[in-house]
Amino acid sequence: MIPRYQKILFVVLILASLAMGVVLWQLRQRAHRRLVAGEASAPTKAPEVAPAEQATLVAANDAENSLVPQVHSLPLPADPGARARAVLGRLLDLYAAPDAAHPVPGGAASVAQVFLLPATGQRDPQNPGAQMAVVNLTGTFVASHPSGLEAETLTVLSICGTLRANLPHVTQVRFLVDGQQRPTLAGHADLTRTYLTAEAVPTEGNKP
Amino acid sequence: MHWSKWAFRVFVAALGASSLAAAQQAPPISKFVVVLDAAHGGDDAGGKLDSGQLEKAVNLNLSVRLRSLLAARGIQVVTTRESDASVDLNRRAEIANHVNAGLCLSLHASETGSGIHMFASSLAPVQPARFTAWKTAQAAWITRSLAVAGVLNSALVHAGLSVTLGRTALSPLDSMTCPAVALEIAPQRDEENKITAEPDDPEYQARVAASIAAAVVEWRTEAHQP
Repeated sequence: MIPRYQKILFVVLILASLAMGVVLWQLRQRAHRRLVAGEASAPTKAPEVAPAEQATLVAANDAENSLVPQVHSLPLPADPGARARAVLGRLLDLYAAPDAAHPVPGGAASVAQVFLLPATGQRDPQNPGAQMAVVNLTGTFVASHPSGLEAETLTVLSICGTLRANLPHVTQVRFLVDGQQRPTLAGHADLTRTYLTAEAVPTEGNKP
Repeated sequence: MHWSKWAFRVFVAALGASSLAAAQQAPPISKFVVVLDAAHGGDDAGGKLDSGQLEKAVNLNLSVRLRSLLAARGIQVVTTRESDASVDLNRRAEIANHVNAGLCLSLHASETGSGIHMFASSLAPVQPARFTAWKTAQAAWITRSLAVAGVLNSALVHAGLSVTLGRTALSPLDSMTCPAVALEIAPQRDEENKITAEPDDPEYQARVAASIAAAVVEWRTEAHQP
């Protein structure tokens, strides 16, 4: 004769085994779903490298206080925002080179993002799709930028001119530094105003 | 009859009083005032020159030199700072606008480039209006500012100095309601791009200051012509 307490213990163990089986089944299903999801996001196709295109960089020259257009070949993404960031990155790479005519440390990584928004103010019937580019610069770039009226003005105007040359719909430019508005670039050039790209006309030097 | 005589006397007295008040309210004879704005100061050191001098000190030196030269020529000068003091950008424009200046010069120094960098505001010119926005008040004066830049350029080039001209967005300059120009002294370089004089070189500064003073005298003559 099986004692009553052993019967109860047997039933409890059976129920515990069943409960553990259910929990294990659920954990297995969850792990499976996670695995399937991981496979879906895994890179199964090599990223396409954007084809190289001609881009015009409006480069600054400190010695002549000038903006000179230069044509460079570089991979340009189709997305306009990424395209703007790519051309500005190449422009700042030129400035970070050791023998630069407008030396500014930082290079391509100094442009954190470029956002393209509809232009503000009166609509230009000649350019109905006019856009404003909001260029977000990094704090390290601004902190290392040489202080000076000419140097800062040339940096701002060369960015505006380069955007105008490669994205004709961009008519206005605003600047942020680490996502925040800042009064000046390095103590001189005003970063609180909206710049018109039409102001950044390349000049072959304007010495009298 | 008696009443009409009394009324006539009251009328004559009122006329006299009104003409006296009008004379008191009439604008004074315009005086040519030059505002010198030595940029930066106090906590804001500006740039740093290769010689180790801070931009704020070089700007102040040039301002003091210019003030003396202009005062010697009988020109009234107002400066935005006389010492290593911090002056708010808006306050600088307020000082210039308050004295109804005939010329405003914002003085800077830099290690980049060469010679004198001269900048007028990059605002598009507009017709003068009764009320103007603070941040774009200079727009109504752009034509005059460019004319001043031309006079200064001639004087500096005449003195054998190299000059580059440009337009910029500079906070106090854009709010000034007077012919206004920003001048930045950069090192003097030879043909091989070697520095022959730093912006804080006393002789170089004296040459620049003398040329600017000569240009200001010429501008005063032009400004007071009918």
